[in-house]
Amino acid sequence: MPYLVHSADDRRAMLEALGVESIDELLRDIPDRLRVRGIDLEPGLSEQETMARLRQLAGRNTVFEDRLCFRGGGVYQRFVPAAVSAVTSKPEFYTAYTPYQPEASQGTLQAIFEFQTLIAELTAMDVANASLYDGATALAEAAMMAVVHTGRHQVVVAGCLHPEYAEVLRCYGDGRGFELVEGLDRMGDRTAAVVFQQPSFLGLLEDAAGLTEAAHRSGALSIACVDPISLGMLAPPGEYGADIAVGEGQQLGLTPSYGGPHVGFIAARRDLARRLPGRLVGQAYDGRGRRGYVLTLTAREQHIRRAKATSNICTNHSLCALAATVYLTYMGPDGLRQVAEVSYQRAHALAERLVAIPGIELAFPEREFLNEFPVRMFHVEHRLARLKEAGILGGLRVGRWLPDLDDVVVFCCTEVNDPDALDLLVNALARSAERTEARTG
Amino acid sequence: MAERYYTETHEWVAVDDGAVATIGITDFAQAQLGDVVFLELPRVGKLLEAGDSFGVVESVKAASDLYSPVAGAVLEVNESLNSNPEQVNSDPYGTGWLIKVQLNGDVGQGLLDEGGYKAMTEGQSH
Repeated sequence: MPYLVHSADDRRAMLEALGVESIDELLRDIPDRLRVRGIDLEPGLSEQETMARLRQLAGRNTVFEDRLCFRGGGVYQRFVPAAVSAVTSKPEFYTAYTPYQPEASQGTLQAIFEFQTLIAELTAMDVANASLYDGATALAEAAMMAVVHTGRHQVVVAGCLHPEYAEVLRCYGDGRGFELVEGLDRMGDRTAAVVFQQPSFLGLLEDAAGLTEAAHRSGALSIACVDPISLGMLAPPGEYGADIAVGEGQQLGLTPSYGGPHVGFIAARRDLARRLPGRLVGQAYDGRGRRGYVLTLTAREQHIRRAKATSNICTNHSLCALAATVYLTYMGPDGLRQVAEVSYQRAHALAERLVAIPGIELAFPEREFLNEFPVRMFHVEHRLARLKEAGILGGLRVGRWLPDLDDVVVFCCTEVNDPDALDLLVNALARSAERTEARTG
Repeated sequence: MAERYYTETHEWVAVDDGAVATIGITDFAQAQLGDVVFLELPRVGKLLEAGDSFGVVESVKAASDLYSPVAGAVLEVNESLNSNPEQVNSDPYGTGWLIKVQLNGDVGQGLLDEGGYKAMTEGQSH
């Protein structure tokens, strides 16, 4: 079998079907300034000279220190204990591809079973799967479960869901025939599920129990998209009656790394177990009564159900899920609570100091938050630029997605933003406030 | 017991005097599927046309759609299969029945009688 599966003829046929001349033309939506047209290196450089030159070029990238990064919005800087990579880099885990034969893969299967158990315990749900790609696709899979389970075709988004998650939901909905609408006032007898994010995209706490009740009153399912670290402090979805809990697991032992690969998790009530997409590992006993682990309920999956499958997912992010498993096991319930509390305290201390600076105020002062909070800022662009000059990655401007909130910036604190880092941020913003006042005053 | 009729997709149906049709899968079907582990059955009240898919039967080796031999409204679902799906294997024409349907109109043409079904399945098993 050839290593490159597409021959020149195949590629030509595909381009022809798409109506474009070349692969370059296919990719023309990528702005020209973002394209790399090769790296200009003098000919005949030695390996050592080449590396030196490349390092010099790489030095032109802006790299913020972890502790000076105050931006979250779905991906977070967290401390990753060395234990995580010590386990995930073991070749038995690292190099094996889809090793699911129970005769040969008890280690992998047990690790997945433990991941499922940890997620089920963390969310207080009955059953979790072996992981999905990321938080956004986990949410979309949950919506499809609700649509199939209820036979209804509308999904209601309540509160401020990450706009990119909403985009993924809409995309799945287009293909699978459900409609995405915003606001509880759209609820009705066509509603399959109410979807909310806790804390919200803006970092604010939603009334998760109230939204769940509202969903159930209409005969719809309640889908909670949760921040796993927040569950060190907040009530888990199972406690307030959510039917499906999903989320992004990046914060559990994975680095931001340009946005992936990360790991999605999905957990559900027992009676929805057969609607869960993807792999499930179960505990079993062999002929001699010894405990072992096997893939289970695979009749739900695409390779058996074919066109009748309710999800196209037939894989998981095992290595990333393993990182999350090691992280959660290493931290334990107390460690997780401590991480959540330190992040909470730092964010609240920062919020207090930021609003003391002229021209900065809380965007929603009546709302509670954990470790991410929205502020309104005069001269937003100017101030974020000043921070960048000081080597600080400021909060996330949300106007790109939410035009009504164009002057709103969401700041984030985690345990990596130490007190010195907070001082640097506050001082840099205070200085820019003085300068702005001097200029405009 | 009323006479049973059969579909080419291996369901059986028996209609009583009150125009209530009991539907299940055949002995041949259960033997081919192997151990049945789960059934997805419709809600009571659901309206079915003859030939509509009304659920899924899952065995240890396959998941197959179930097709209604008749048109009507689902009157009753065999809830005991939730905890004991193996009844479909052990007693497919008795306790392993799947749903009862209030007939809408007559039992349609195109169903097979005992002899016709037997003739069809001979040579099909594998």
